[in-house]
Formats: sequence, C-alpha cells, structure tokens
Amino acid sequence: MLKIENINVSYGEVQVLHNVSLDVEEGEIVALIGANAAGKTTTIKTISGLLKPTAGKITFNGTNIAGLSTSKIVELGIVQVPEGRLLFPEMSVLENLELGAYTPQARKVRHETIKTVFQLFPILEKRSQQLAGSLSGGEQQMCALGRGLMAKPKLLMVDETSLGLSPIMAKTVFESIKQINKTVGMTILLVEQNVHWSLRLAGRCFVLENGKVVLNGPSKELKENPHLQKAYLGM
Amino acid sequence: MNEFIQVIVSGILIGGIYVVVAMGLSLMFGVTKIINFAHGEFLMLGMYAAYFIYKFLGIEPYTAIFIITPLFIVIGMIIYKLVINPIVDRKHEIQIFATLGLSIVFQNMALFLWSADFRTVNLSYSTATVSFGDITISLARLIAFLAAAVITAAMLLLLKYTYVGKALRAVSQQNTAAELMGIKVKRIYLIAFSIGIALAGIAGALLMPVFYAFPTVGAYFSLAAFVVVVMGGMGDVTGALIAGLIIGIVESLSGFYVAAELKEAIYFVLFIIILFIKPNGLFARKEAK
Repeated sequence: MLKIENINVSYGEVQVLHNVSLDVEEGEIVALIGANAAGKTTTIKTISGLLKPTAGKITFNGTNIAGLSTSKIVELGIVQVPEGRLLFPEMSVLENLELGAYTPQARKVRHETIKTVFQLFPILEKRSQQLAGSLSGGEQQMCALGRGLMAKPKLLMVDETSLGLSPIMAKTVFESIKQINKTVGMTILLVEQNVHWSLRLAGRCFVLENGKVVLNGPSKELKENPHLQKAYLGM
Repeated sequence: MNEFIQVIVSGILIGGIYVVVAMGLSLMFGVTKIINFAHGEFLMLGMYAAYFIYKFLGIEPYTAIFIITPLFIVIGMIIYKLVINPIVDRKHEIQIFATLGLSIVFQNMALFLWSADFRTVNLSYSTATVSFGDITISLARLIAFLAAAVITAAMLLLLKYTYVGKALRAVSQQNTAAELMGIKVKRIYLIAFSIGIALAGIAGALLMPVFYAFPTVGAYFSLAAFVVVVMGGMGDVTGALIAGLIIGIVESLSGFYVAAELKEAIYFVLFIIILFIKPNGLFARKEAK
C-alpha cells in the first residue's frame, strides 16, 4: 500500500534521514520505533508532504506522492494524527471532528463517519459541545484520533500517541488503536517511543536510529533480537 | 444625564464602524499572523472609492457597498498574491517592512492622484437627525451603524457556521493541524486577507457620508483599530466586537468631557494600561504560548 524507498531528508544543511525504506500493507499495523530525535517524526512528516525528500521514492497504491502537497496527500487517503495532538483548542469537540472531514469526499459522508467515531469513543459524543482545549490529555488524544478518522483515511499515521499520558490512559488509547484496526479494518502506521506497546500491537516493526533503519521484521522475531532487547527493553 | 446618554449613544455609533475595521485587522492577523500596517490605507481607498462612485455614478455610499465589497475582495486577492504570499513564512521584520511599505505607497499614490484636498459626500440626509425621546442621532451615523451591525453579524455567522469559517478559525488556532486535515492553508490566508481588506473598504464607504477623505485619513482610524485589536485579543474577532464599542464610547466621552484633541492620547493611555494588566486582551481565556 505504502512503499518508501531509500529516502533522504534534510533540514537545511543537516541531513536527518539516510536511505530510509519501509512499507505498509493494507490492513496491517506497522510500528516505526526509535528514541527521541531518531527521525521518526521526520519520516511521517515527509510521508504527509510537510517535508520534501531530497532523494528516494514514496509510492501510495502505485502513485508517486513524494513532492505532492499535503492536501493532495490527504485526499489520496493518508492522514496523520500529529504528535502533541494539535487540536483546535478554542473549538468544540464536534467542530474539531467536522474539520477532520474537510476534503470533499470525506465531507460527503461525515454524518456516517461521525457515528463510527462516537461508537469507538463514546466519551467524545458526551463532550461534543465542550471546547477541545478543556479536555483531559487522554480525551484529547481520542479527539485527535477521531478527527483523523473523520478524514476517511486508507492509511492512518499515529505519531507518539502515548506521549504525556498516564500509563492507564496510554493503555486505553493503545487498545482503541487496536480496535480501530480490527473493527474498521484501518491500516495503521504507528510511530512510537513506547517499544513494549509497539511490539504488542504491530505485526511488523521498523527501528530507526540516527536517521537509518537498523532493524526491521515481524514483531515476534524482533522481540528476540538482542540489540532491541538491550537498547529498548532494558533486558 | 441626557447629555451623558447622548454622548454614550454617539460613541456606540462610531464604535460600530471601528468594529468593522478592527474585525478585518484581527482576522488577518489571527489567520496569517501578519500585522497589516496598511489597513488604514485600505479604509482610505474605500472612502475614495465611495466618493468617486457617488461623484460619477450618483450611487450613495451605503448602496455602493455592493460594488465596493467585490471590488475590494479582488484588490485583496491581488495584493495578497503580489505582496503577502512571498513574505508569509518570512521573519516579522520583513513582514512589517512589506505592509508598512504598502501603506506608504498607497498614501503617496492617493496624494499624487487625488491631491491632499478634503473630499466630502453631501447626501440629502447628511445633516438629518432622528430623535428618540430626548436623544438626537444623526441619521447618516445611524444608517452607518446599522450597516456595520449587519456586516458584523454576517461575519460572525460565517465564522461560526460555514466550513470556510471553521477553516479560518482552525488555521488561526493550529495551522499545522489544519494542513494535516487537508486544508489548503495558503488559500485560507488568501481568503482571510481578502475579507479583511473588503471590511476595511466597507468601513471607508460607511464613513464617507459623515467624514471626509484625504490621503492620510487611514492613520486616524488604524490607530483606533490597533487599540481595539489588542484590547479584544490579537486574532479574536468576537473580542474586537466588544472592544470596538468600548473604544467608540471612550472616544466620545473623552471628546466631550475632556478635550477632543486629547482623545488619541487617551487611547494610548488605555492601550498601555491594557498591555500591563491584560497583555493577551481583555477576554483572553488563556495565556499566549
């Protein structure tokens, strides 16, 4: 579905991604894991079109998307739930969700989509008239996920969803991601520092270090990898 | 007591027009984060447009709004493409130079084309008044206020209920997220800028029958508009509504009870006090990040 081949990405003079390749197949949960500043967010910002690769190819269902505008990429079906949630704080939960369905094709079906979102996150329906900025961290994360789903994505990219949440809240959010994958059949690219949860949720993982993919494979195999165990799981 | 009410009423009437000017300025700032130092000059151009439309076509300024609005939207789009779009992601200094430069260009263009003469439009009812009990109101000012109220209400409804309005608010609150939702942010900038300029032009037309046009008239109103925008909270359009009326009343009171020449000094004192006690605006819900 999504295929990234050998991309390089730079911020000005500084190259942050070196020959990064990864792929996501329809229906999967794939995790991109790594420490802070390993280049995870840069990778998905590039997929979203916020950054342009200096070399390499990104194809989505056969279409080359490297260099397209973000709005075009969203229309093609790749939607990012950004790190830090980035909700519209002075707008209601309902308005935030409506803005998720901004593209013409998503807007047409927004009334049906919102029902699915409320089924997944009943709390959002209860809070629908409340300002998004007044929600708790966990609720905000749900609102951000709901807003992403409103865009009717084919691929949902979720950046650092557990950041700043209590372990219990993080668990709830991770479980709802699993739920989204199961019930809606959503393909998900998870970008995480939380390696434990990533290995549990994702069928496959890619490990980024200093802008390079150092490991990749099925989560079951990676769990046994000595480097991963030592560097990320503290074993 | 009647005198006091009279002064308050005339303050509210002028405040209504400040609201229209300031709402445009606030919308532009909120969405693009660019301070339009040429805002007063667009108001000046709106006054001249109303003047010439009246002179050559015989259409009264209040009716001319239906010509001025589309005209200024187009002017706004052109100015955005030529001047604003290239600087929208640049440093603040560059943005200030660009819009300040624009204001100097327009002032001198007006001086060159239309000279420094004061221009007025005398309508049959320019000096007419209406009375409510003991209160007497200039008819022209009342019409201008009512037109301003309709335009303000239309703007608030647009921002609240339409998809474009929601996109404008979304971009002003969180433009990265807006982009990630597929909103074409640059297009929203263009829309905000064009609406802002149209509002300045409309305000100019509304002022024409009760004021006079000259090349530097913009400075007179943009000063009040800046105080209103800061008082209402930078980028807060609803805040601009309340603050505009407050400034109108303050101006009217100070003009009547203190001295008309001192009203700008009084704005500034108010401006400084607000910056001290409520730097994010009177109605700010949270601290700016």
